[in-house]
Amino acid sequence: MTVPVLSAKGVSIEYRTTPVVRAVRDVSLTLHRGEILGLAGESGCGKTTFAYGLTRLLKSPAVLTSGEVLFHDRVGGDVDVAALDGEALRAFRWDKVSMVFQGAMNSLNPVITVRAQIDDVLTTHRPGMSRAERAGRAAELLGLVGVDPARLDSYAHQLSGGMRQRVMIAMALALNPQVMIMDEPTTALDVVVQRGILREIMRLREQFGFAVVFITHDLPLLLEISDRIAVMLEGEIVELDTAENIYERPQHAYTRRLLESFPSLVGERGGFVRSGAAAGESGTGHAPGSDADAGPGAAPADSADSAADTTIEGTA
Amino acid sequence: MGTLEVRNLVKEFRLGHGLRRSRLRAVDDVSFTLEAGKTVALVGESGSGKSTVARTLARLETPTSGEIMLDGRSVSGSRSALRAYRHDVQMVFQDPFASLNPFHTVAHHLERPLQLHGVARGRDAVAEHTRALLERVSLTPAEVYAAKRPHEMSGGQRQRVAIARALAPGARFLVADEPVSMLDVSIRLGVLNLLARLQREENLGVLYITHDLATARHFSDEILVMYRGEVVERGPSDQVILDPQHDYTKTLLAAAPDPARHGRLRDEVRAELAGERA
Amino acid sequence: MAENRILPRRSAKLVAGLVITLGIVVFAVVAPFLVQDPRFSGNDALLPPSADHLLGTTKLGYDVLAQLAHGARGSLVVGLAAAAIAIVLSLIFGIFAGYAGGWTDEILTMVTNIMLVIPGLPLVMVIAVYMQSRSLWLVAFILGITGWAGSAVVLRSQARSLRSRDYVEASQVAGERTVRILLVEILPNLLPLLAAQFLFAVVFAILGEAGLSFIGLGPNGSITWGTMITDAYGGNAMSAGAWWWFVPPGLLIAVFGAGLSLVNFSIDEVVNPKLRVVAEATGRRRATEASAPAAVPASPAEPKTEVTV
Repeated sequence: MTVPVLSAKGVSIEYRTTPVVRAVRDVSLTLHRGEILGLAGESGCGKTTFAYGLTRLLKSPAVLTSGEVLFHDRVGGDVDVAALDGEALRAFRWDKVSMVFQGAMNSLNPVITVRAQIDDVLTTHRPGMSRAERAGRAAELLGLVGVDPARLDSYAHQLSGGMRQRVMIAMALALNPQVMIMDEPTTALDVVVQRGILREIMRLREQFGFAVVFITHDLPLLLEISDRIAVMLEGEIVELDTAENIYERPQHAYTRRLLESFPSLVGERGGFVRSGAAAGESGTGHAPGSDADAGPGAAPADSADSAADTTIEGTA
Repeated sequence: MGTLEVRNLVKEFRLGHGLRRSRLRAVDDVSFTLEAGKTVALVGESGSGKSTVARTLARLETPTSGEIMLDGRSVSGSRSALRAYRHDVQMVFQDPFASLNPFHTVAHHLERPLQLHGVARGRDAVAEHTRALLERVSLTPAEVYAAKRPHEMSGGQRQRVAIARALAPGARFLVADEPVSMLDVSIRLGVLNLLARLQREENLGVLYITHDLATARHFSDEILVMYRGEVVERGPSDQVILDPQHDYTKTLLAAAPDPARHGRLRDEVRAELAGERA
Repeated sequence: MAENRILPRRSAKLVAGLVITLGIVVFAVVAPFLVQDPRFSGNDALLPPSADHLLGTTKLGYDVLAQLAHGARGSLVVGLAAAAIAIVLSLIFGIFAGYAGGWTDEILTMVTNIMLVIPGLPLVMVIAVYMQSRSLWLVAFILGITGWAGSAVVLRSQARSLRSRDYVEASQVAGERTVRILLVEILPNLLPLLAAQFLFAVVFAILGEAGLSFIGLGPNGSITWGTMITDAYGGNAMSAGAWWWFVPPGLLIAVFGAGLSLVNFSIDEVVNPKLRVVAEATGRRRATEASAPAAVPASPAEPKTEVTV
């Protein structure tokens, strides 16, 4: 279980803009074979940039400035991902490491059928396969992710959000990769649909033994599925531990703050403020300072949520 | 004590044109009462009709049938009645990046409702009220924030401005449509706590619309679970969450991630697979 | 930091466009006072450029520079007047229709569509033919009332999308009146688009006027770049090799059009968020919002808000 499959050492990524933005700072991380590693953090913490760095998907002006990424192939030796280019890089992606992105609608080609898209992946990477073999594999893949193979001839817009994401997972599975990188694959979906897809991912992981880097801001979700969780803040991994330890014994203040942001559904209230008359009448009131908002000390803390996205200009 | 009551609310949308016209019943016979000083959570997935209820309460949609009653009186559609209604019932939108006009300053967003509802007259009084509103939502120093434009602020700050705008007319009831779902996780609680504090201090009635069961439970007195336009379960929040009766509520609860149940899904799947192999 | 998104960013494109456009405008305003009477025919005919006549003379002995200066004035007047008329009409048929919706929208849109499918130039010709004496203003009017449909369509779709923006609905909830919502909440956000449409209409009208003049339906008794080209053509300037006669007006029309287009491109980068992101990513540091590779702000002070303990 503790055989490494992908390791990053001292990875730094910058956006070469003015001024330079250091999106990922000296991050080292080892992904073990078959594990689910959660990468938690908020928008702008560099988690997606880091994932792009792992797969050499960075686009200008993002540049990997230092560090190395090694892929430890199941057969054969180590591959220096940073040194790959051209054909070797193409083969590496999908074949060894595949990706599932947020927003399947944008990742699926709207003008060709699901079958044609899966076919495309197979013809590119498995030129030896016959037409019949490819058709069989496409149907098999959809079956694996719980989509009726009759859907092969559908276009993206004919599928529900959940089905689209399942199709994306099927495509990522197509070449039996050793690592799958999933960036917020279920964020836009309703919880029930999300649950179904997560369950599918977990089952497939057990069946095929690939490792998963699962990126999301949804810490409770990560806690339920991950073996280990890395918490990212300002381009650095501030804490990396098993899911259990992250929940029971968080070390870093930021991890604790993230955890506190998600009150437990069925557990105790903890410090979460209960509003309304009922709480007021009960006489317990609120512990002093429990509603940090109310205290005079709130102001500085308050204004701190400023800097984070002041630079983001109007959103469309 | 005031009440905002919804009686047998039905909202249908017409779809398509000509012969292929059909109707979609987005809200089907929903009734509930919002009391001053209480929070009611309306929980459901996308498409459940919860946002339509919010929009109807904000009078952005007219109900197909059913009544909205403020303090026991039915609200007519006349312009003056509508204005009086909006004086009391206001809405906080989901997306603070979209609900503030990029062209205008924060001050503009607050001054207009103050003037429209005659809360303050005269330049000085309006400025004073604007400052007070910003302080109430903890955006200090108020002068600095009043001069800002939306794109100069973070999501959390924008949502605070949106809350201040809703309070400006002197509203007694607040319809908050997923007020934190577009915000970064670590600032969500801050905004929810702000709403809770305002509600306590000003005895507001809040309709909290959300898909997040955990905050619904902790933030509200009562929970209504909506599914396909209907309220399938309702009750005190702890009861609905800890002892759900309806199958849909149970499904929702089972699907919601809970930090306290770490490793659950992983272990469940392993157990399942082990069971299949055996 | 207080950047106003309404104003285009300063870029090479914008500067070049503004220099060209303003240069020609200044030329049209100032030069007519400095040159001789454009109708003074006492000069020798068809003189090539010289110190006396910087751009030579025409077959009738008119000074080309003088004609060009007065022609610039004429062409700009036609362009601006026609564009003003067109933009007002497109505001009514576009924004009002888009915001009002329902029957108002149906009717206004139908009119717009009719105007859109009728070929422009033939319609202008038919109207122009009926007018025996055509002043500069009349030509501008004709071009204005026939040239608004395209931008009305653009504005309508934009207004429709703005109408359902949360901030418009928020002002409805606040109790704002429709007229005020249109003027105060919606219109300012359409300014860049309106400016672009206006500039486009100016170019369109100047070209339209040149076209009308060329087929003999231009303004009578006025000088524009269009009438200059027509005169040059009628006076066999091409076969006489009198390039100084027909090149300058043609060149100015082209350069002016190019200048306004450059300004328009810069405005486009403001209007069109996708172009804006590209401009930002290449030119300046800007976090690209949540879209894919999440960039980190320069001082990535992560939000540290109050959390209840």
